[in-house]
Amino acid sequence: MSKTLAIFQKEMKHFFYSPIAYIVIAAFTIIAGIFFYLYLSSFVEAAFMDMIRSQQYRMPPQKFNVNLQLIRPYFWNTALISLFVLPLVTMRLYSEEKKSKTVELLYTSPLTVSQIVLGKFFAGVVFYIVMLVPTMFFMGLLFAYGNPELGPVLSGYLGLILLGSAFISGGLFISSLTENQIIAAIGGFGLALVLWIIGWAANYSGPGLASVLNYLSIINHFEDFAQGVIDTKHVFYYLLFSTFGIYLTMKSVESTRWRAS
Amino acid sequence: MIEVKDLTRYYGEKRAIHNVTFDVQKGEILGLLGPNAAGKTTTMRILTCAMPPTSGEAKVAGFDIWTEPMEIKKRIGYLPENPPLYSDLRVTEYLDFVGKIKGIPSNKRKSAISDVIEKAGLNEVTHQVVGSLSKGFKQRVGLAQALLNDPEVLILDEPTVGLDPRQIIEIRELIKNLGGDHTVILSTHILPEVEMTCGRVVIINEGEVVAEDTPENLTRRLKGSERTVLEVGGDKNAALAVINGFGDVLNVEVNNSKSPGRYQIRVETRSDIRSDLAKSLIQKGLALYELRAETYSLEDIFLHLTTKEEVA
Ligand SMILES: Nc1ncnc2c1ncn2[C@@H]1O[C@H](COP(=O)(O)OP(=O)(O)O)[C@@H](O)[C@H]1O
Ligand SMILES: [Mg+2]
Repeated sequence: MSKTLAIFQKEMKHFFYSPIAYIVIAAFTIIAGIFFYLYLSSFVEAAFMDMIRSQQYRMPPQKFNVNLQLIRPYFWNTALISLFVLPLVTMRLYSEEKKSKTVELLYTSPLTVSQIVLGKFFAGVVFYIVMLVPTMFFMGLLFAYGNPELGPVLSGYLGLILLGSAFISGGLFISSLTENQIIAAIGGFGLALVLWIIGWAANYSGPGLASVLNYLSIINHFEDFAQGVIDTKHVFYYLLFSTFGIYLTMKSVESTRWRAS
Repeated sequence: MIEVKDLTRYYGEKRAIHNVTFDVQKGEILGLLGPNAAGKTTTMRILTCAMPPTSGEAKVAGFDIWTEPMEIKKRIGYLPENPPLYSDLRVTEYLDFVGKIKGIPSNKRKSAISDVIEKAGLNEVTHQVVGSLSKGFKQRVGLAQALLNDPEVLILDEPTVGLDPRQIIEIRELIKNLGGDHTVILSTHILPEVEMTCGRVVIINEGEVVAEDTPENLTRRLKGSERTVLEVGGDKNAALAVINGFGDVLNVEVNNSKSPGRYQIRVETRSDIRSDLAKSLIQKGLALYELRAETYSLEDIFLHLTTKEEVA
């Protein structure tokens, strides 16, 4: 446990001693912010138009729900953006150690493979949580000027963390396969793309295939979270996905040690 | 302290080492000597449990590499060919991390770190980022890392490669002082390094052990014959007659010396005849300017062994 923590702390240092971390956080915040701004302005505009219309025609104004019409699509978008930003977080998690040969230190110290892999995995997850912190400012704005429900916001963040963890386990696995960070990043983007396309294809395919694709899709499991529903089925899916990614990473580490390089 | 028996390792189809066998006693400094690609690194990575052999047995600090690798890892320090450094961490941060993963309890870690900083001569750079250090200091940080858990067994893979001559001398001194407290295996392709630092040598070539002994014994073993070099003044034929009067002369080689009227004679005999030879030459009224035994350097042995020539 304390050794897992040692790996975790070291990884956090690598993140924050490197300018890439700050660039990634800034880029993520800006992209999420742009989407937030777009959703917010179209929401405000729609509400405003409706107000004018209702005054003109002396009808009661429609009900506009900030949770359904703003927060939900915003979270859904943030989840998608996360998929395409996280490869930049996972790319160096393992590759860098292979390249600089520091794996030799890890493999000849009294560490288990699971301590190494879990330390790295949790560092990735915590870094992602740090990435999400600035976006809470956007939610803060809504609470300052409006009256949204808190539940869907909290479940949205829980969903993001679960989805992020699942993706990070996959990115870590890809990073463990190569000593080249660029290849690890490209592989990560490829994974993000596949996961996205699966979810997208599910919406356009026949009922039989759709249920399979829907189950596999990392993003479709997120929908309930964005609506304020925490379904254990989806929690289980993400935990299973993460466990599988971690398991594959451990197997990959063990087998490269066997072949050795 | 270390028992290695019939270690064989393949990388795919390629055989890197074959039936490597040797022992290392407690407190000994053993040199693993061999040219590039001989299999030194492969052997060391197996002993440090970085990877398993294809076949064979080894025990390090009394534990089996197959069944108890964790126990071995707790008791060894390893300096790989490329020191395993994180260039963005400060020296103390790096050593603190290594201390943690080696399981040094937090109340002992601080003193362990200051000990190795002292031993490896890192005082002036403790707060520098590892990546900004010179090659020599990086190597010292690597060594400090290996020493941190006060290991019973130290395994150092070409510890002086890439250093300048002054740094090389310093690192060798450091290593020499480690024997006794620690059991050390050090690999090198530099012969004088072994003669200077190691009590015993295992010579490895193309993945196989070709000789194993003390540097002195290896030299002696090569000497199936004694070579004596003489510088004599006076009658050349009289001198040769004296020399050939000794029964077991194998070979005589005469050259003119740089000084006029003197000859340099190289005599190869089965036994050491130096004292009798000197007496006889002087009795015959010849002038003797020099008489010495010619020693074989480890270099000679190495060439003989690795070019598969018969030892003289
Ligand atoms: N990871 C590897 N994959 C394939 N071949 C390797 C690998 N490591 C070493 N070898 C080969 O094994 C042989 C021994 O290498 P090595 O143990 O590194 O020798 P040394 O350390 O004595 O220079 C060499 O021929 C080398 O090319
Ligand atoms: Mg080597």
